[in-house]
Amino acid sequence: MRRLVSSGRRLGTLLGLVGLCLLLWILTPHFLTVSNLVNVLEQTSINAVIALGMTFVIISGGIDLSVGSLLALAGVVLATLLHAGVPPPLAAAAALATGFLFGTLNGLAITLGRLPPFIATLGMMSIARGCALVFTEGRPISGFDDGFRSVATARLASIPAPVLVTIVAYGLGQFVLSRTRFGRYTYAMGGNEEATRLSGVNVRLHKTVVYGVSGLASAVAAVLLTARLNSAQPIAGIMYELDAIAATVIGGTSLMGGEGTLTGTLIGALIMGVLRNGLNLLGVSSFLQQIVIGLVIVTAVLVDTTLKSRKA
Amino acid sequence: MSSDSPDLVLQMCGISKRFTGVVALDDVHFDLRAGEVHVLLGENGAGKSTLMRILSGACSRDAGTIEIDGHTAELHSPRDAQRLGISTIYQEFTLVPHLSAAANIFLGREPGRFGAIDRGRLLSEARALLADLGTAIDPAVEVRRLGIAEQQMVEVAKALSVKARILIMDEPTSALTDSEIDLLFAAIRRLSARGVAIIYISHRMEELARVGHRATVLRDGRTVGTRPLPAPVPELVRLMANRDIAEHFPVPTRKRGDELLRVEDASRGPRLRNVSLTLHRGEILGVAGLLGAGRTELARAIAGADVLESGRVVLNGRPLRLRAPADAIRHGIGLVPEDRKRQGLVLQQTVTSNLTLPQLVRLSTAGVIDRAAERREATTWIRDLRVKTAGPDVAVATLSGGNQQKIVLGKWLAARSDVLIVDEPTRGIDVAARMEIYALLDQLAAQGAGILMISSDLLEVIGMSDRILVMHGGRVHAVLDRGATQEAVLHAALGLAS
Repeated sequence: MRRLVSSGRRLGTLLGLVGLCLLLWILTPHFLTVSNLVNVLEQTSINAVIALGMTFVIISGGIDLSVGSLLALAGVVLATLLHAGVPPPLAAAAALATGFLFGTLNGLAITLGRLPPFIATLGMMSIARGCALVFTEGRPISGFDDGFRSVATARLASIPAPVLVTIVAYGLGQFVLSRTRFGRYTYAMGGNEEATRLSGVNVRLHKTVVYGVSGLASAVAAVLLTARLNSAQPIAGIMYELDAIAATVIGGTSLMGGEGTLTGTLIGALIMGVLRNGLNLLGVSSFLQQIVIGLVIVTAVLVDTTLKSRKA
Repeated sequence: MSSDSPDLVLQMCGISKRFTGVVALDDVHFDLRAGEVHVLLGENGAGKSTLMRILSGACSRDAGTIEIDGHTAELHSPRDAQRLGISTIYQEFTLVPHLSAAANIFLGREPGRFGAIDRGRLLSEARALLADLGTAIDPAVEVRRLGIAEQQMVEVAKALSVKARILIMDEPTSALTDSEIDLLFAAIRRLSARGVAIIYISHRMEELARVGHRATVLRDGRTVGTRPLPAPVPELVRLMANRDIAEHFPVPTRKRGDELLRVEDASRGPRLRNVSLTLHRGEILGVAGLLGAGRTELARAIAGADVLESGRVVLNGRPLRLRAPADAIRHGIGLVPEDRKRQGLVLQQTVTSNLTLPQLVRLSTAGVIDRAAERREATTWIRDLRVKTAGPDVAVATLSGGNQQKIVLGKWLAARSDVLIVDEPTRGIDVAARMEIYALLDQLAAQGAGILMISSDLLEVIGMSDRILVMHGGRVHAVLDRGATQEAVLHAALGLAS
């Protein structure tokens, strides 16, 4: 029954996305062109990948405010190594390691330091941003060879590489969340941390890794963004944490923890991407766009809580 | 039951209350005179709290009447109770630590105009109330800087500030030292001299005669008698105990074997002091005691949930290093915790996920869960424990209390625990499910497990245990053999010398 309701909720979000697309198709002929849709997917990929990590964190009962800063830091590490002549795969691996490491530091501050996730990641948001700025002296690092840039420019059967990366990441994330012990523990500790601990689960370890996963996801987004812009900026990713949280909650993940799905988050990220794109096509000012997006977030969560309270 | 008695401020008649199949109160009568301190006695679960919750408007009644000053009173919410002059002081204080004593006393009813607080009046009125109680607490000082006894006085003052005429005090002395108790009793006598009627709940028999005028004893949700105080303690204990044996416990099929678990001088904080015990294979060792006697602390320490400050746990002759529940689980020690919703289950997860949570390591390869094996495991236990559920994939929150408890037990049965600690295994579940759980515990012991069963239910402890460990004030007060009477267990639980 509950499962039915939760898949009903996901269906609702999906219908919202389809409805939104239909509306934009009626309002503007440019929306439903292949090139525009591919464009939407490409632009959504960055937020979608970050939101993947955020979904793990929120299901575990936490929050990660540092994702935007970790993206910037991983990006400048990547760019510096590329300019130093390190082969792109190695440079990318180093960027991913950086993201995972700093994410793990978040986790340690929360589990060993017993800091609330909000505070620990707020601190990291500032620390990682500062590291990126100090590292680059505040200047962007630009211009990479085509080999690396193909991460953004390559197409497979006319699907852009970033979209493929996103699809693979979600496939992997879905597998981890639904089929592995780590995924099960993520839900369990978000639902009832004490019961999980009393069941013999090493909550500290798994929670720390959850934040590592979030850092890793930010670093993947950093690789995609750096390749697309042909530049890594220490001020990249500002406010990205809010977009990622928005995609996650629009997708039906509860901020209380213990519940949520990656398919929901993916749909949430797509709704935000389609909405931005459509409003741009319609020539709606970016100021007004902010209001619309804010209303969508509030409405999605409002519908969710109303449905839940009626059920209870 | 004569309502013509002129000084009767409260009369509760025929109060009944059921919670999902469990009778909490059955035709209870209770009355209170002006200026009287009326003690309410009874074991854990006898119905005292439910009765007081009904009186304070926190809980509705199924039947019965409540008269205040001879008029029928409708009590649907705590606001109704407040309006009628009924105030409750709970065991856990409800003060805001960073506000002053005065601000706490008048919280929500601050004197002043247009939303601006008249600070002078606030302080002077608070000072008057506190002085009335015979204390010299500075009303301007923040509550968190006050001692526990002083905080309690602030609570009392807060209750009086709403012109309370009936004051409910639930175990008010449980956290106080002797001299603080003297202060509280002095304040209680002043209040009673002014005509405030007090309902006093306590387990400390030695206090009763010092403050109380009458005592009413509840047992199994019924009134069993009212006595003027001082009354002989043995008589009161007899009234509290001697419950009807309405339930049949399984005839034991188990046989006591070798020593399995030994606890030596376990200490942690004030609620666990030098506790030693031995548990054998095939034995059910009951642990009795009042709330706060240290039973749960003992269970948590053996299960690795809390780390001991001193002492040790020895399993099969080998001392264990218990730093986390995982350590205990690895050695085959399982804990069915007291509060299944907060500690035992992840409510929004499925029945299957809950059942298999402690054994996912066994059920997975390289971190990937073998879902077929998991499902087999879950369906087996659902069948064996006769869990009533719509299926293995529904949220455990949809199950009844008894079936939820079976899931928590099943977690540890599936983990093949050698030592099973069950804390209040049948709390809040219906008779049929209780019987099944009793049979299950006996069956486990018969298979060679050792079971430590903590229970507040005297009949359960006596009916199920091979030996009974009685705790009081964090210590083992007595160890009784099978066949101990209810009176003997209660006597020891109250901390009375044998």
